[in-house]
Amino acid sequence: MTDLNTNPIGEIEAIAVVEDPRSQWWDVWDQFKTHKGAVLGLAFFVLVILLVLVGPHLWTIAPNHIDIRAKNQGMSLAHPMGTDQLGRDTFAQMLSGGRVSLAVGVVAMALSLFVGTLVGVLAGYFRRIDGLLMRFTDLFLALPLLPLLLVIIMLFRDTLRAAFGPETGIFILIVFVIGITSWMQTARIVRGDVLALKQQEFVLAARSIGTPPHRMILRHVLPNVMSPIMVSATLGIANAIITESALSFLGLGFPSDFPTWGRLLFDSTNFMSLHPARVIWPGLAISLTVLSVNYMGDGLRDALDPRIRGR
Amino acid sequence: MLDDGKRPLVRVRNLKMHFPIYRGVMRRQVGEVRAVDGISFDIYAGETLGLVGESGCGKSSAGRAILRLYDVTDGEISIDGNEIAHLAGDELRRLRPEMQMIFQDPQASLNPRMTVAAIIAEPLDEHQTLSRNARMERVFELMDAVGLNRNFANRYPHEFSGGQRQRIGIARALALNPKFIVCDEPIAALDVSIQAQVVNLLEDLQEKFGLTYLFISHDLSMVRHLATRVAVMYLGKVVELADSAQLYGDPKHPYTEALLSAVPEPDPTLENTRERIILEGDVPSPSDPPEGCNFCTRCPRVMDICRRESPEFKQLEDGRFVACHLM
Repeated sequence: MTDLNTNPIGEIEAIAVVEDPRSQWWDVWDQFKTHKGAVLGLAFFVLVILLVLVGPHLWTIAPNHIDIRAKNQGMSLAHPMGTDQLGRDTFAQMLSGGRVSLAVGVVAMALSLFVGTLVGVLAGYFRRIDGLLMRFTDLFLALPLLPLLLVIIMLFRDTLRAAFGPETGIFILIVFVIGITSWMQTARIVRGDVLALKQQEFVLAARSIGTPPHRMILRHVLPNVMSPIMVSATLGIANAIITESALSFLGLGFPSDFPTWGRLLFDSTNFMSLHPARVIWPGLAISLTVLSVNYMGDGLRDALDPRIRGR
Repeated sequence: MLDDGKRPLVRVRNLKMHFPIYRGVMRRQVGEVRAVDGISFDIYAGETLGLVGESGCGKSSAGRAILRLYDVTDGEISIDGNEIAHLAGDELRRLRPEMQMIFQDPQASLNPRMTVAAIIAEPLDEHQTLSRNARMERVFELMDAVGLNRNFANRYPHEFSGGQRQRIGIARALALNPKFIVCDEPIAALDVSIQAQVVNLLEDLQEKFGLTYLFISHDLSMVRHLATRVAVMYLGKVVELADSAQLYGDPKHPYTEALLSAVPEPDPTLENTRERIILEGDVPSPSDPPEGCNFCTRCPRVMDICRRESPEFKQLEDGRFVACHLM
């Protein structure tokens, strides 16, 4: 390099500034944006959340307002999604039902993910408690779910209702019951991945540095088992929404005048041949929400992996 | 031991690393793999001790046990006067900065989800409280020291070649200014052209920072080039320990002789006259070592006493150590 001014390469090198370390979340977001399905899914999910949060304030017909003369109507301006056999507005029911269904789905998923990941990571990482925790997991897998749910709900429904009011009490109960009975698959998958990960040399390297176990798990183990956790999470929301509707159907969930998507779907099945639209709306809402969450999870999983995340 | 004013930085005495074997429905312990079975040596400050031997002889286990990545079965390890063989928890953690390790597989030894800067800064985060800027300054300093472009700080390990990854691993090992570094076959996974670069880098760093190396390798020529003294391991035991020139010029132990006879000669005329000592049979299982000398099942010069008594690891007049009944 004789003369910087006549040598473009030299000049660029001379003014090259060392990049500051930037948060990897910007890289993650940049990659997430390139995944079309994920962006669409995110947009749809945000839209649904906005609808169920803001919608009831704009669409002022009460979901349980009975107008028997307007029963079993089709789509119209007054009732965009029609009405049911008691003349209740389906759109209003969908909006307030979505609130409950989404809340149950997200919270139950979070709970089952938390328990599953915790048990899986502890069992995989600490050899001493592995056997105990995995037998515990097997125990939960072997439990007959329905009788268990019946017993739990029989035992605790009235106590919780008295303590938190009928709706919150049932909400807590259902979220707890769904969360506590669906963490086992996550735990098993995570444990397997942690076991494989523990043999990697970078974990040994971290130990030679003196990284204590809790930071080892947070820094080295958890980010590397993100993919299976993501998949479990996206499947978990769908699973929770559907389980909630099944529980409501059995009369174990929310009271019958309290709409949720699953409840609406089951109430409509009797009228399916006469008014197919009534089944289609809640079905569509559940399927599209689950689909959007799946796409989001897919995009997020790709975005979190630096090997897939191109520069 | 050798009383010529050199200060031993690392003292290993009768180090044993046995891994239990569990079998059956009840997972009962039915035996143990004696990966390292009573080794003793000193490493002097500023020198490179080469540790050679065939696959499975316990070289890597020894290296890891010395850094206390395993809970050792028995023995003493002292580094710079601190006895660490049976320390645990915080006491051990405080001494970690003194001793670091460079790993064999540069692909596997770097967390794929962390940036280069985060990987090199991890030891700093664990043991020092630096401001953000001071930390980045130190990371850049280390990247300069190992010959990495500063612009790579935000990249991820998969974007690098093997040699560059090994440089990242070396930078991480240097971050806390250690005195003693265990190099666990650091060049075995690299191309030959890159091997020379990394070895030269290790030599430069040793000179610059006054490092002491335990260089574990099965590449006898590389160890000859790099090491001040060389220890030869066979089935969990050190059979011979001597100055590099002594060991390569005049091996005393029959196993060392056999091992060295396997090194190819670059000169074709000499290569044709090279006499290889071919050992009979296989290495016995470390879970069931033979009675007496570990090498007695394959030794070309085996005697009766070898099958009964384990030879003592003793010092000869010229300062070297050999464990053999012939001496």
